[in-house]
Amino acid sequence: MISSDNIIEISGLHFSRDARAIYDDINLKVPRGKVTAIMGPSGIGKTTLLRLIGGQLKPSAGSITFNGEDITQCNRKQLYEVRRKMGMLFQSGALFTEMSVFDNIAFPIREHTDLSESIIRKIVLMKLEAVGLRGAAELFPAELSGGMARRAALARSIALDPDLIMYDEPFAGQDPISMGVIVRLIKELNDALGLTSIVVSHDVEEVLSIADYVYIVANKTVIAHGTPAQLRQESSEQVIQFMQGKPDGPVPFHFPSEDYKKDMLNHAR
Amino acid sequence: MLVEIIQSLGQYGVNFITGAGRAGALLFGALKPAGRGFKLLPLLIKQLYIVGVQSLIIIVVSGLFIGMVLALQGYTILVGYGAEQSLGQMVALSLLRELGPVVSALLFAGRAGSALTAEIGLMKANEQLSSLEMMAIDPLHQVIAPRFWAGIISLPLLAAIFSTVGIFGAQLVGVDWLGVDTGAFWSVMQASVEWQEDIVNGGIKSLVFAIVVTWIALHKGYDAVPTSEGIGKATTATVVQSSLAILGLDFVLTALMFS
Repeated sequence: MISSDNIIEISGLHFSRDARAIYDDINLKVPRGKVTAIMGPSGIGKTTLLRLIGGQLKPSAGSITFNGEDITQCNRKQLYEVRRKMGMLFQSGALFTEMSVFDNIAFPIREHTDLSESIIRKIVLMKLEAVGLRGAAELFPAELSGGMARRAALARSIALDPDLIMYDEPFAGQDPISMGVIVRLIKELNDALGLTSIVVSHDVEEVLSIADYVYIVANKTVIAHGTPAQLRQESSEQVIQFMQGKPDGPVPFHFPSEDYKKDMLNHAR
Repeated sequence: MLVEIIQSLGQYGVNFITGAGRAGALLFGALKPAGRGFKLLPLLIKQLYIVGVQSLIIIVVSGLFIGMVLALQGYTILVGYGAEQSLGQMVALSLLRELGPVVSALLFAGRAGSALTAEIGLMKANEQLSSLEMMAIDPLHQVIAPRFWAGIISLPLLAAIFSTVGIFGAQLVGVDWLGVDTGAFWSVMQASVEWQEDIVNGGIKSLVFAIVVTWIALHKGYDAVPTSEGIGKATTATVVQSSLAILGLDFVLTALMFS
């Protein structure tokens, strides 16, 4: 039974790449209108999860429903219909380098609608105003700082007023001011536009400050989930290590190796 | 040892067939009608400029020098038989049948083909292709199709320009410098060049080369490992594989057309 309270429901998800299992039985729900965070150590495939939700990758088993429609069963045409209701902010921003900021944001509107240029101009300026970059409309991506590029990409992601927006590591490589701006924008846009947001990140404090619900993914599955307050009370060693950024614990500091003394006494390389 | 050799040969075969299948799917996806003809026109015009117009200088300069060298070499041989009047014929047939299509395709692979691969590889590395997919826009229609058509339209025209400039280069050396009679140079050429046999066949050759080079370039870029090393390898592979394909196909086409 699909609950209309959840925009995304993932159940029994398995995904492998080159015979290496990335996910083994992932189950999670993304409540409508909320900011849901997916956190976990680097390299566990958090971005992969967003690509699975966007239908860019096919899971080996399990289902992913978006607004009640199973994405894993969609054909190409249906998938493109579904994606019109999704926005995604890529880690690199993925702005089109040969277009100005204005044209980047106008691009999806021009592709998917028959609106006149004067209306498109108004929509683009509204989106740019929302991210504070109306004055940078005529600049090119190469002229923007990393934080500005990400905000411009965010304006493009919301150009078609999606139901869901997915953020892939939105805070990575940002200075404290840019990070603060993006944190505020995610929350404000979510509330003002009635969006649902999924934020994939490993920046614990920033994520916990805006998330309504958090999933921690490690060891190919969800190891903990709850509200930020609940997760701060979590007793699992693995969760504590991640939340407090401890260098050693269930995730060892040392890469698996043979005995240190034995290795030092061995002269052969 | 033997098992390993057979294994690696088998792996090579599997990789080749997989690659060919992916290249075929890429082309099919790009050429499948999507009812976006009107929106693709500006993209096509832009690519015609990048792929075609920006290749003009290398094509014109190379064509001029190859025509001049052909005339110089041809003259020294023909004059020994008192046949320097046939210089126009020799130069025109060499250029229209072989050198025009082949050399312009090789130059096109080096300039435009490598640029296409690197551009698409970088678009993949910067997640621009993924972002198009997430915006519900098919990158095969938006990125691959206009570049493919631009390559197919540009190369035959570039080959025609190459041959034309080459003939004028030959005239410069043969007639203006070495003193071959102008009337003989042009009239012998006019009498010996056939529309179907020489010009149309040369055009078909460059059309085939255009399809192959552009296809290889786009496939290598789209399939590139999205790292700096991967894009470098893909770009090299485009130039090497396109060049080999041009030379191999030239033999096959020549055998079919002229034997």
